[in-house]
Amino acid sequence: MTEAIARSVSPAGEAPRPVERPAAPAMETRALHAYFGVTHAVRNVTLDFPSNEVTAIIGPSGCGKSTLLRCLNRMHETIPLARVEGEVLFHGQNIYSSEVDPIALRRHVGMVFQRPTPFPTMSIRDNVAAGLRVQPGERLDRRQVDAIVERALKQAALWDEVKDRLKTSATGISGGQQQRLCIARALATSPHILLLDEPTASLDPLSTQKVEELVYELRKSMTVIIVTHNMQQAARVSDRTVFMLSGEMVETASTRVMFTTPSDPRTEAYITGRFG
Amino acid sequence: MSYVMVALTCLAAAVAIVPLIAILGYLIKQGAGALSLDFFTSMPKPVGEEGGGMANAIVGTLILIGIASSVGLPIGIGAGLYLAERGGTRLANLVRFLADVLNGLPSIVMGIFAWEFLVRPIGHFSALAGGAAIGAMMIPLVTRTTEEMVRTVPQSLREAALALGFPRWRTSLQIVLRTALGGIVTGVLVAVARVAGETAPLLFTAFGNQFFSTKLTQPIAALPLQVFVYAISPYDEWHAQAWAGALVLIALVLVISVISRFVVRSKHGRAND
Repeated sequence: MTEAIARSVSPAGEAPRPVERPAAPAMETRALHAYFGVTHAVRNVTLDFPSNEVTAIIGPSGCGKSTLLRCLNRMHETIPLARVEGEVLFHGQNIYSSEVDPIALRRHVGMVFQRPTPFPTMSIRDNVAAGLRVQPGERLDRRQVDAIVERALKQAALWDEVKDRLKTSATGISGGQQQRLCIARALATSPHILLLDEPTASLDPLSTQKVEELVYELRKSMTVIIVTHNMQQAARVSDRTVFMLSGEMVETASTRVMFTTPSDPRTEAYITGRFG
Repeated sequence: MSYVMVALTCLAAAVAIVPLIAILGYLIKQGAGALSLDFFTSMPKPVGEEGGGMANAIVGTLILIGIASSVGLPIGIGAGLYLAERGGTRLANLVRFLADVLNGLPSIVMGIFAWEFLVRPIGHFSALAGGAAIGAMMIPLVTRTTEEMVRTVPQSLREAALALGFPRWRTSLQIVLRTALGGIVTGVLVAVARVAGETAPLLFTAFGNQFFSTKLTQPIAALPLQVFVYAISPYDEWHAQAWAGALVLIALVLVISVISRFVVRSKHGRAND
């Protein structure tokens, strides 16, 4: 796995998934700091994200939770003047070391954003297949692509709604469907980790419920990290919860413990609704 | 008071379209009589002979537009993409400023320049020199429209592509440029329309040709040149031909716009509207 994201290795196709030791985290941060110019957005965060679990990152607006998430697939550095210090280990490999190609890394760490971002010039099918076009290795033929598109759309619980209109524009479906389309697009390349940045922030309650059910299902096959400022959502979908405040990680625990007996008074104040 | 304002702006809007309507109306009145199938298929005839057409000039103008586009579009779109995606740098500001200056450059200056550096060293007038001269005039127009249109593509689409593992260059070409394509085509058409009617730069470069030529290295006929030559002639038949030529020139630009829009729309769906 670690070689698959390294520049030196020829793009000979998908690396075999490693044998997972039960306790091995899929991703770890070590003394991670993130900056926008002089703004210190993430301060000294050391965290483990266990494999095949859903980890929710909660906290008030501006606490650095989205920035932390964007450090995990090196999207933070795409913003001018943004920089990162510290380490992020992906299956043991520091993704900020010089031999890691961020583009290759992002093919293994999928991401879905706050607002649906379907590519407006592409059909529903081509949207789902978009990530496949930049995968290394041999080009897939049409039938293989169709099979992957179907699998991803089924995984995203969207197949039944769009299977008769795969060739139509992706902007013609509802916002909730567009967001599930973006999830399908991220799933098509079989990422090891899926990062969700407030994926239901712009959705109606029914669509939100569908996405939440989906997240719950996904952890059978991958590690999911979801940023949300909706505490009920964190309680519903996640196995572990991380609470952040002013760029610092205040507390991390299993979701049940976090929402019943938090150990830090600030966490308790937040989840009981005294601020935020 | 606001009624007065509405009335004044409405009047200004009406007056603004008067020149276009007047030009079109007068062109049709004067030129339609000389238009016939012959005009599109046959060559100019000597003075005194009936009929004759501008087939060579129509084909010549299409060839010149083709050469100009193959010079102006890649450079203009590339430069516009650079300005939009890397706009903050000192080089970008310089390019943007120079593009605006180039845009304001009188076309005859472009013609003289092309003569000095393309015609004189080669030794004779040519379609290539003419196409290059008007192609250079397209560059600033296409650059600025591309920049504006690419800027309207939301940042979130770039991020979505990068997060999928698209390298930056493929994000720019396959996602950003494609999304902005509808607007860019509109800008390109404005540029084509503008240079299709240019006469001054062609006087020194393409020169015109009384015969049918499609050779890129030889002088070539062009509608605006032919209109110019016929209009300053002393013969009434030629004057009628000049009016018809002007009408065809406008129609040609219109047809190119309609076809390009149709192609873009059917290829990329309604998302580009």
